Amino acid sequence: VFKRFVEIGRVAFISFGPHAGKLVAIVDVIDQNRALVDGPCSGVRRQAMPFKCMQLTDFVLKFPHSARQKCVRLAWEKENINEKWSATRWAKKIEAREKKAKMTDFDRYKVMKAKKMRNRIIKHEMKKLQKLASKKGKKPGKPEKAEKAAKGKKPEKAPKAKKPEKAPAPKAQKAQK
Amino acid sequence: MAGEKAPEKKPGEKKPAKKKAGAKKPAEQKPIQKAAGDKKKRVKKYHASRNPVLARGIGRYSRSAMYARKALYKRKYTAPETKIEKKKKEMPRATITKPVGGDKNGGSRVVKIRKMPRYYPTEDVPRKLLSHGKKPFCEHKRRLRASITPGTVLILLTGRHRGKRVVFLKQLDTGLLLVTGPLAVNRVPLRRAHQKFVIATSTKVDLTGVKIPKHLTDSYFKKKRLRKPKHQEGEIFDTEKEKYELTEQRKVDQKAVDSQILARIKKVPQLRGYLRSTFSLSNGVYPHKLVF
Repeated sequence: VFKRFVEIGRVAFISFGPHAGKLVAIVDVIDQNRALVDGPCSGVRRQAMPFKCMQLTDFVLKFPHSARQKCVRLAWEKENINEKWSATRWAKKIEAREKKAKMTDFDRYKVMKAKKMRNRIIKHEMKKLQKLASKKGKKPGKPEKAEKAAKGKKPEKAPKAKKPEKAPAPKAQKAQK
Repeated sequence: MAGEKAPEKKPGEKKPAKKKAGAKKPAEQKPIQKAAGDKKKRVKKYHASRNPVLARGIGRYSRSAMYARKALYKRKYTAPETKIEKKKKEMPRATITKPVGGDKNGGSRVVKIRKMPRYYPTEDVPRKLLSHGKKPFCEHKRRLRASITPGTVLILLTGRHRGKRVVFLKQLDTGLLLVTGPLAVNRVPLRRAHQKFVIATSTKVDLTGVKIPKHLTDSYFKKKRLRKPKHQEGEIFDTEKEKYELTEQRKVDQKAVDSQILARIKKVPQLRGYLRSTFSLSNGVYPHKLVF
């Protein structure tokens, strides 16, 4: 039922507070509500932090409880947590959200145009396939498969068109749907 | 006696020679020297006070007696005339001749420029209290938001062009912003916009080297209103300019400015389409959260 546990070495993401958005490793548990936490590679000093503001990630480091900062840092860099983190979908979603918030009016226009073009392409292909299907008529299995294959192609086609970096990010999210 | 007469004549001759400018030959050289000498002497020679002192601060003679004693009636000096002559010539025009219509009317009338007041109030206007810092509109300080620089794309919020994206050119003397579509892109001509009713985006068009004609001022853009009130009420509403008429000058100016700007717009990809589109809000879009 639960997959991520609070344990020594668990890497957590801080969701609110002064260190919002940073990663830390749990070094020790103080009591029911607080943990001793350290983030040498993310600019968080060793301190007590309530569990409430921490969100557990999938990463666990190996070091003994109450290990000093040097040990934590070594473990962190050995596991290359920073890179692994930026490769996760979680981090990418956060980045996409930030980029969207920073979009200027001109960027929004460009994204709108790109989306429009992409949707046109998709619709066009869909209509083609539907026509095929309606012609052949009695074999429903084939056209469905063909549609799914076609959808897989679209997100690759559209990004090639002129767009700012920020567009592919919301695009990727939409493609997942 | 003879001996006495001779010396008397000589000093007698010398004295008139002194006073007069010296007409005789032997006397000429002498009076020239004497005149020079006299000037020096006159500068130095001041008469002692002709008003004997009775007690400290009190003279024997009155003002009028002193006037007579000092012979001021003879000594009247006037300032050099040139400035007065000039001022006399420069009198302001008092009347002007104006043409008058109608036949058999004589064609023109002589009209006073500064006329007598046609009304005198029974009570004079009371003196106003002193105030400071109340400047007329023409002397107000004009400010411009830092986000608005020449070439910025603005979003108009009011007026018939609301929602349109437009290029900012310069701020005019009254503080209004001179703005253009360009016309070929979104049908917004050279126009004035108010700073407060405009959103400045962070998109800028590079306007280095673009020359905006100098005759585009506030008076060029100001609305013209004809007013010739005649007694027939029904006609007044027709004669006022309800319809705006395009003049050739506007077209020429529009072309001159737009040709320069369009060239720069074409360099930026998708900018032309951006300027053609309009701005609008939809569900979930909050202006305070948008970055422009």
